[in-house]
Amino acid sequence: MYVAVKGGEKAIDNAHRLLAHARRGPADLPEVAPAQIAAQLTLGVDRVMAEGSLYDRDLAALAVKQARGDLVEAAFLVRAFRTTLPRFGHSLPVDTTRMGVERRVSATFRDLPGGQVLGPTFDYTHRLIDFRLAAGAEPPAPAEAPATPDEPMPRVTDLLDGEALIEREAPGEEGAPIGDLTREPLDFPADRDLRLQALARGDEGFLLALAYSTQRGYGRTHPFVGEVRFGEVAVEFVPEELGFAVPLGRVAVTECQMVNQFKGSAQVPPQFTRGYGLVFGQSERKAMSMALVDRALRAREFGEEVVAPAQDEEFVLAHADNVQATGFVEHLKLPHYVDFQAELELVRRMRAEHAARGSEAVGMREAAE
Amino acid sequence: MSAATGYSFAYLDEQTKRMIRRAILKAIAVPGYQVPFASREMPMPYGWGTGGVQVTASIIGPDDVLKVIDQGSDDTTNAVSIRKFFARTAGVATTTKTREATVIQTRHRIPEAKLGEHQILVYQVPIPEPLRFLEPRETETRRLHALADYGLMHVKLYEDIARHGHIATTYAYPAEVAGRYVMDPSPIPKFDNPKMDMCEALQLFGAGREKRIYAVPPCTRVRSLDFEDHPFTVQSFREPCALCAATGVYLDEVVLDDRGGRMFVCSDTDFCEERRADGHRGHLLGEAPAAIAGEAGDA
Repeated sequence: MYVAVKGGEKAIDNAHRLLAHARRGPADLPEVAPAQIAAQLTLGVDRVMAEGSLYDRDLAALAVKQARGDLVEAAFLVRAFRTTLPRFGHSLPVDTTRMGVERRVSATFRDLPGGQVLGPTFDYTHRLIDFRLAAGAEPPAPAEAPATPDEPMPRVTDLLDGEALIEREAPGEEGAPIGDLTREPLDFPADRDLRLQALARGDEGFLLALAYSTQRGYGRTHPFVGEVRFGEVAVEFVPEELGFAVPLGRVAVTECQMVNQFKGSAQVPPQFTRGYGLVFGQSERKAMSMALVDRALRAREFGEEVVAPAQDEEFVLAHADNVQATGFVEHLKLPHYVDFQAELELVRRMRAEHAARGSEAVGMREAAE
Repeated sequence: MSAATGYSFAYLDEQTKRMIRRAILKAIAVPGYQVPFASREMPMPYGWGTGGVQVTASIIGPDDVLKVIDQGSDDTTNAVSIRKFFARTAGVATTTKTREATVIQTRHRIPEAKLGEHQILVYQVPIPEPLRFLEPRETETRRLHALADYGLMHVKLYEDIARHGHIATTYAYPAEVAGRYVMDPSPIPKFDNPKMDMCEALQLFGAGREKRIYAVPPCTRVRSLDFEDHPFTVQSFREPCALCAATGVYLDEVVLDDRGGRMFVCSDTDFCEERRADGHRGHLLGEAPAAIAGEAGDA
């Protein structure tokens, strides 16, 4: 009954007080500190930074705490904060060959310059609940290797590029404006810069499902993981008044270069094509999904027939944002009784007419008998 | 910058307000046309009035008096929340009285009282595209609008009549603005559609998630789509308001018990209270639960 919704200000205030109380939980348990969340629930915080579209680990950790661990809600908090920040320019493209690589694996070559670096990964762990964690056991110290000199680590796609086996990534036009869907409404068809921005901010679950669908034949792209790498990269910015690049800091990112189905024509010999994923923090699932969906969305560019959801730009980009999606789905909780009343009146009227027609028909039949 | 809140007046920064005002001016210049704008992320969820809030934030000034309604009522939770947002971030005066308000933000209703030229009505819009459920693609619907090709909509309305004997759209009923663009008037009941026609107040429509603004300038023709042999009609209610005895107004049905007990009361709470203050008495006044009748119900 909607009468309960007519709560007014006091009820709202009380609901929010109760929320704060529920968030805190039993007072006899120590309160979790944002620093603990930032340092120990790292991957959750990474997801909030990625989908919140703001690289600020402390803020994201606080948002996770405030959101009671609801990561979509936390991303929303971060987004609402982000929108109040001034935008003073854009950085130079980050150079991921100069990444301080913590992890880098390639599925296309057994070994390659820079080597395979497993790093911290869930891969190959047996998914057995570790009850020692509940008892608070300290893990052993990690194994260490002598530090390698800070050498660039070439990307697998660059190695293929040397032989022209993969399509060349056309460098963006010098000084060309870079799209920003938070400043201009997204228009279709969208350019790849905007598509990648939308995917990088997009919901991990949605992208995962779409990527998965391409593997099951809905827009198949024959992908190979050229490589996935994770680590910190330097961000540089050129202030107008200086005219040269100054470092702003370092951000941790996961990059995925997907090598896909080859293409060629009478003029151009066959070449592999690319899908690209880049996401804040460590999330191989998201970066790989993004790369698969990016490649699927390039269907138009390659003259492929658009037959599957993952290839459909409007479908993917219009629904990838979980802050938008959750808002609109959950708005159904708001009162709709005016609209419902309008429908109620129509259905009642149509039912009355239906019943009248029925009794008329019975009357006619009886008269005929 | 307001010292009290640390945010700009009415939350949005001046650059953003300027961008939105330009979209509004364009919308007024091309009545019914959906103007894309760079909708911002607001501190409330998409689908909960972010478009209306951005429009209100861009047009409101310190001397304005703001009224916010949802389902016709000033007391519904989201209306309370939005009113509080502007009271906090803009420090403007708020009211529940339609007559006193200079800016009225609404969800799903148009007030019963006639609006005047000193007023602006701001609608919260979930889906601005009237053709969306007939054609999901934005690229395609924009083309249809450009060509004023509204055949799809007429076919839909015709099929309703063929199938149900009635046009089965009861809210968000499509209307043609100034003889050109067909617009979605937001999910107001079609009962309210005639109020948009030649309305003296400026009507602005904001869709935050969909990033569109459109407008009906004052004293503009708004024609609800229909057919010569199936003219547009509005809902009528069999009984008057149980609290203020008003007729010819939109009523909410209130379930009183689980034995089929019902009462019908004005959806526009301010209108109802004003009538009761003027001495009009409905047949259940004094008996209705206080949650429905409000404080005036005890009088």
